[in-house]
Amino acid sequence: MIKYTSDRLNILFKKLRSKKASALGIFITAGDPDFDTSLKIMEGLPEEGADMIEFGMPFSDPMADGPAIQASSKRALEAGGSLKKTLDMVRLFRVKNNFTPIILMGYYNPIYNFGVQKFLTEVIEAGADGLIVVDLPPEEDEELCIPAKECNLPFVRLTAPTTSNERLTTVLQNATGFIYYVSITGITGTKDVPIELVTHAVKNLKEQSKLPIAVGFGIKTREHVEQVTRIADAAIVGSEVVNAIANSLDANGKAKPETIQTTLSLVRDLAAGVRGK
Amino acid sequence: MSYKEIANTLRNAPDENGHFGIFGGQYVAETLMPLIIEVCDAWRASKNDPSFWSELEYYRQHYIGRPSPLYLASRLTEYFNGAKLYFKRDELNHTGAHKINNVMGQALVARRMGKTKIIAETGAGQHGVATATACALFNLECEVFMGAEDVKRQKPNVDRMRLLGAKIHPVTSGSSTLKDAMNEALRYWVSKAETHFYIIGTVAGPHPYPEMVRDFQCVIGEETKEQIMAAEGRLPDTLVACIGGGSNAIGLFHPFLDDEVKIIGVEAAGYGVETGLHAASLTGGRPGILHGNRTYLLQNEDGQITEAHSISAGLDYPGIGPEHSWLFENGRVKYVCATDEEALEAFALCSRLEGIIPALEPAHALAYIATIIKTLPKDHIIIMNMCGRGDKDLEAVLPLLEKMGKL
Repeated sequence: MIKYTSDRLNILFKKLRSKKASALGIFITAGDPDFDTSLKIMEGLPEEGADMIEFGMPFSDPMADGPAIQASSKRALEAGGSLKKTLDMVRLFRVKNNFTPIILMGYYNPIYNFGVQKFLTEVIEAGADGLIVVDLPPEEDEELCIPAKECNLPFVRLTAPTTSNERLTTVLQNATGFIYYVSITGITGTKDVPIELVTHAVKNLKEQSKLPIAVGFGIKTREHVEQVTRIADAAIVGSEVVNAIANSLDANGKAKPETIQTTLSLVRDLAAGVRGK
Repeated sequence: MSYKEIANTLRNAPDENGHFGIFGGQYVAETLMPLIIEVCDAWRASKNDPSFWSELEYYRQHYIGRPSPLYLASRLTEYFNGAKLYFKRDELNHTGAHKINNVMGQALVARRMGKTKIIAETGAGQHGVATATACALFNLECEVFMGAEDVKRQKPNVDRMRLLGAKIHPVTSGSSTLKDAMNEALRYWVSKAETHFYIIGTVAGPHPYPEMVRDFQCVIGEETKEQIMAAEGRLPDTLVACIGGGSNAIGLFHPFLDDEVKIIGVEAAGYGVETGLHAASLTGGRPGILHGNRTYLLQNEDGQITEAHSISAGLDYPGIGPEHSWLFENGRVKYVCATDEEALEAFALCSRLEGIIPALEPAHALAYIATIIKTLPKDHIIIMNMCGRGDKDLEAVLPLLEKMGKL
């Protein structure tokens, strides 16, 4: 069995912790709005200040996502996106960049359909560094979390404001990589991040776990990034970024020459808010 | 492997985590898990409380109008000149379909949990109407998610829901149909966890829904068993029901799973399974994960969920309840399908010969029966679940029947 050895997430968080700095995670959907544009955006992210990339595997029925990421997933699929092509993009990205962690984020059906062992093998070979599979709670750990653990591939858990401390014990049991704290009760990109609640929740999580804590859902501005990275190890921005892609498209939903640059300049602006930068 | 070799009983699934063999489960986001666990606990407590069931029994008798009759369809029996055909008349329930059996049960669970607001998804609108009805009765706020396409196609049911006091959320995401309405209802639920209860309309979704909905629908089969014993002094030979998500079918089938009875579920073949435009998840799909459970799904080679097609909005869903997937794989239930056109013919035939206008959904069951009944012996007893009435379908059906020369 193939094992994951690259350890990019640990290297990143270790380095940042020693500098008392935090990370910016940027979410984009693989293949949004098309393969080439998406790859160029992805390749440009590290230079603009993205420390890790949350890379969405498009799915027809993204149950936990708000309108922005739903639309992004739909654009990617309509442009021919698939799990296979998502992995191809990771491979191409790794040709030029061997340090930025890539966390694949998505839903279980395309993975199950692909075959779990084949998926894990290809993920590791392609050069991704972890998985977030939204619809696999601890109750279904046998499906992918345990097989991923056996390959040493990080499997990132989501926790939410509604997660009780009793539940947290279950959630953290097989958690690796980092903990993804969902800052709002709801779906991605709908409300603004409630900083006071997040501060309290992150403090609580740090008491329960040694893993780095990332906060996502509802982080929209540089100010949000500033506030969140003061308390957490990472802030993840998704909906705002895919909205920037959406807003840059022409009337037919195709990329314009400026799509890549407008998206990347938003990232640059967000990155200016990161603690320790 | 025959079903008898699998277990002594097929009636004790799912296991405590909601698995029917490899199917079922709880495939939802962690943001939803606290709610699901809360529903699990409330359902378990209700299920084991005799006073819960006696309260439900009161509403079954005095509000829904149960038991529904088991009726010998004598003119169809005469017409086919083969086996004897009975209808379980669940179209006579209040609101005109079996959906209310489940809704009343879940509404009582919601009340016990102290929830004051209800969410539901609906395709054709039957489950939405049933939910709006129960909410009016129990003074609960009701919000119904319905694909924008379906809102247009099913105006009479939309009007009914509004009259009953429900708020309709037209859903424009994805393909704007039932599966997207369910996605949207789940998304909304996560943001309203403290006050809202989600009444799912079929035997799908994360555990405990497939079990809970089934247990509320089993009243159909339990009554049928008593009624056929009284009428014929024996169990039937064959049971037939249509399947979208499969709640009416499992309600009829489940009490008979351990008996010497042949059981047949009829999926919607749309324009024909070979055309790709159908809603036959078992016949034309393969296992996958959607809406909280593993089950057979219509999907492309990349695991993206594809759109279902059926003339019947109630069968127009790209999945099926996980228990059906299990009963399919272990061979206990035989699953077949009927096309739009076959269903339309059965729709007209039943109206003319029995004075019963069936919903398009059970018309699929009757269409399949028409293909087997003639060659069966006269003492063979078939029971079909007439799970809904067809008034809601007239607008869609009449022009087509005219074209077919059936009017």
